[in-house]
Amino acid sequence: MTVPQYDFIIIGAGVVGSLVARALSRYQLDILLIDKASDVGTATSAANTAIVHAGYDPVPGSLKATMNVAGSLMWDSLADELNFAFERCGDYVVAVGADELARLDELLDRGRRNGVQGLHIISGEEMHRREPEISSQVSGALFASTGGICDPFAVTVAAAENAVMNGTHLMLETTFQDFVLEGRRIVGVETDRGAFGCRWAVNATGVYADEVMHRAGVRPEFTITPRRGEYLILDKAEVTISNVMFPVPTRLSKGILVTTTTHGNTIIGPNSHEVEDRDDTSITSDGIQEIWDGALKLAPGLHQRSIIATFAGLRATGNARCETPGVDYGHDFVIEIPDTIDGLVNLGGIESPGLSAAPAIAQRVVALLRDRGEPLTERSNWNPIRPARPCFRNLSPAQRRRLVESDPRYGRIVCRCETVMEGEIVAEIHAPIPATTYDAIKRRTWLGTGRCQGSFDTPRVVEILARELGISPLEVSKKGPGSELLARPTKVWEGA
Amino acid sequence: MVEKTNLICVSCPMGCTLEVTHDGKTVLETTGNTCKRGLSYAKAEISDPRRMIATTVRVRGGEHPLVPVYTTAPFPKPRIRELLDQLRAIELDAPVQLDQPVLTNALGTGVDVRASRKLAAA
Amino acid sequence: MTQRTHDVVVIGSGPGGLAAAIAARQAGAEDVLIIERGLEMGGILLQCIHHGFGTQTFQEDLPGPAYAQRFVDEARELGIQAMLDTMVLDITRDRRITVTSQESGFLELDARAIVLAMGCRERTRAQIRLPGSRPAGVYTAGTAQRFVNVEGYMPGRRFVILGSGDIGMIMARRLTFEGAQVERVLEIMPYLSGLMRNYVQCLLDFDIPLQLRHTVSRIVGQRRVEAVETVAVDERWAPIPGTQETIPCDTLLLSVGLIPENELSRKAGVAIDPVTGGPFVDDGFQTNVPGIFAAGNVVHVYDLVDWVTEAGTTAGRRAAAHALAQRRPARNPVQTRAGDNIRYVVPHTIDPEALTEEGVRLQVRVRQPIEKPVWVEVWTGEERITRSAERYVRPGEMVTVILAQKAYDAVRKAQELTVRVVER
Repeated sequence: MTVPQYDFIIIGAGVVGSLVARALSRYQLDILLIDKASDVGTATSAANTAIVHAGYDPVPGSLKATMNVAGSLMWDSLADELNFAFERCGDYVVAVGADELARLDELLDRGRRNGVQGLHIISGEEMHRREPEISSQVSGALFASTGGICDPFAVTVAAAENAVMNGTHLMLETTFQDFVLEGRRIVGVETDRGAFGCRWAVNATGVYADEVMHRAGVRPEFTITPRRGEYLILDKAEVTISNVMFPVPTRLSKGILVTTTTHGNTIIGPNSHEVEDRDDTSITSDGIQEIWDGALKLAPGLHQRSIIATFAGLRATGNARCETPGVDYGHDFVIEIPDTIDGLVNLGGIESPGLSAAPAIAQRVVALLRDRGEPLTERSNWNPIRPARPCFRNLSPAQRRRLVESDPRYGRIVCRCETVMEGEIVAEIHAPIPATTYDAIKRRTWLGTGRCQGSFDTPRVVEILARELGISPLEVSKKGPGSELLARPTKVWEGA
Repeated sequence: MVEKTNLICVSCPMGCTLEVTHDGKTVLETTGNTCKRGLSYAKAEISDPRRMIATTVRVRGGEHPLVPVYTTAPFPKPRIRELLDQLRAIELDAPVQLDQPVLTNALGTGVDVRASRKLAAA
Repeated sequence: MTQRTHDVVVIGSGPGGLAAAIAARQAGAEDVLIIERGLEMGGILLQCIHHGFGTQTFQEDLPGPAYAQRFVDEARELGIQAMLDTMVLDITRDRRITVTSQESGFLELDARAIVLAMGCRERTRAQIRLPGSRPAGVYTAGTAQRFVNVEGYMPGRRFVILGSGDIGMIMARRLTFEGAQVERVLEIMPYLSGLMRNYVQCLLDFDIPLQLRHTVSRIVGQRRVEAVETVAVDERWAPIPGTQETIPCDTLLLSVGLIPENELSRKAGVAIDPVTGGPFVDDGFQTNVPGIFAAGNVVHVYDLVDWVTEAGTTAGRRAAAHALAQRRPARNPVQTRAGDNIRYVVPHTIDPEALTEEGVRLQVRVRQPIEKPVWVEVWTGEERITRSAERYVRPGEMVTVILAQKAYDAVRKAQELTVRVVER
């Protein structure tokens, strides 16, 4: 029995897997990108601080540091090509009290050793001038002019779409089960949707990276310890934070930020706690309190009534030692083509600065393959541009008028809090990677994220999804099978 | 058999808690009321409890798949389930008029069920 | 591109908006336009299929849609125009309104007077910071009501309801009528949030347990709700150890409060009272922006639709008078103040030079319930100018105190009026 054959199977369509797919789609290769969820980018890529770090934080000499700094510089052209929101607005590490000032010098020094440009220390008064909401106890700040913010959902979708536009096959709701080995060579991948043949498999599975690589007998001592980070989203109408602000970091994490986002909201968080369950993205009351206390340190004027949403994400914290001689660091990225097996590109422990580093990681994967003698012949018709779809609320009145005239569905409101129109939703449902669930539409259009958190739009979205997909409203789900929004029609029930 | 039943009177929003001593459906004594309406409420609740009922009924060919319906007078509480079952089996044809009768003298109680709104054909 | 200038534009066609449009027309405004984002007029009443509407207005006990229909028919008969399936995106201080709809596209119109009647939205899970996972099956009670009563779908099979607000209790009954299992209603306060009548007829009638001083502490379930963890709380809402319970269910309904929807009001520069969540208004329901009025739940949350109709009527009349340049602004408005045990008083100001024979209705909510007879009193400085006898007062039931003509002399001399509760 023959199975479908590919050159590359990329396991995991988060931001890293999607950018790797895009990078490889440039070449004459048959690529399959798989993900167990109903959409791309639903796990760590969908629940992070959305920051493109400048690179002063990672340990100098680590792979995290080199990937962060290289990746950070690639975001402008990436955003131009893929048309998603990215702002290189700079970021701040804010020292509160005199003792923390010294730590800023350490970070400045570390940043310079990592090759980060545009770093300098500003006074407490200057920080106040730039961010009036900041605590009066702020003693100074490290300003990194190359830091930025992005829309992490949009970059993942855009990268995956660009890969698909350039010939990549995408299979969602497809769960990796095992590698198919012939001796010490990977020749395929088994999934719950059947087996597929390949010359190379790419492990881009985030919090599951250890389990996947162990299936290939790679790095038996490597483990992922998921660390959950919880976040609160604050109402943009009430909170006027305009900058990206970190506290002075601790050993375990960059700390609880107060930051603006490309959507205009303010996010506070994350905390950092180990969890056992690799799907546990629940919010805890202790976590909410911890984040709140942390945020008040930087911005004491915040009010809990401004909280409009909460979410949590899992960091894929690995235990790989840094391979640079002389560098003592035990949680570095794994980006390798292992020697113990043929046909595997292995990515592990991609936690922060994973998002920032992602374009560089993709580039490095290509370099590693080239070094291994993989012939990478460019496609003549590779198109790096993924056009954006119209976003009503960002258009001028004249543009809105033209848009509605071209398609009246852009005149019908669905999400009143975030001004998302029916035409936008229909466009996402029929996009190169169709949005087929409520959450997929929410990530792409920002619907349902505002003050009413979907109370108004949910019935309309159910109707639109049912109509456009030709399914019953009873089949419409929040995030795939098992998460259907409705149970049954009224008037009809068992045993009545 | 004489028993005591506690009720909350809803004749007005006050919500007095009544203690009603009764023998089956015959009220012997009521305490806890602050006005006369409490006494008649207790008597009605013990001998013949009734409720205003509202639900929906399926519609064929209308702008909406359902039309809301209501009882024109309070309906005997013990037979509510029976009424709902009978209404569940009905499918009206659009258009539906406001106050259009859906069930007349429902279950022989003398209470009608009517449409709560006009519903146009699709 | 501006279409034209309307006399009165009413935003929202729920009971407040309908009453305002009708009153404006009847007061002489010729060009009255209603803008409604739904496909038909009636607002939230279209999904409130239960009885309880019109007891004061018509001396009848009507279901919501029937109550709405009377006003919709009257509006049509009066020649009031309506733009349906149309959303207002922006309003300016100068009363320029930007709208969008499938049918009309994207356009601007002007109004001599506007009545804001957008109603409320519901408090969300995030706003009460309810911990746990984020599965499908968590809904506000109103959204569930819409699915059941309009679209004809049950959001689940086995329900827990958080909050003893009226919408939650009414949905407990509605869902039971439709064959669902409602396991529990939980209320964090030590008293009922909604009306006693609903407790009896929606919960007691169906043996649905209500637990006061309880809340949901965690939602459990990956893809769909599988259970909720509940806990008893003390007076500071802190969980009481040892009282945890896990209730298996597939749907959690939230009935934890309504919030007046004033995003558009803010865009127009309307000042919002943080206590009510709605605009500061005078006795004609005019906001601080000349020519912009507000009526109904967008001002503060009402219990009875009849009072919403009355407020809309007042606002519509005054809006018409403004449009027809028949009124001048108040020169010395009298402020109202919330005194002992009063959370808020609406309206916030009264024009002493424009008092009519109908009297002024002060609408008030108390902070703490008192289950004993009380006086609700209105004082100016040292003088009590009127009082209303109430057999009890509860936060969930709005109290109306009427300033009748005999109080007008005192009102005219006053700087401010303070409302307070005193035990009898």
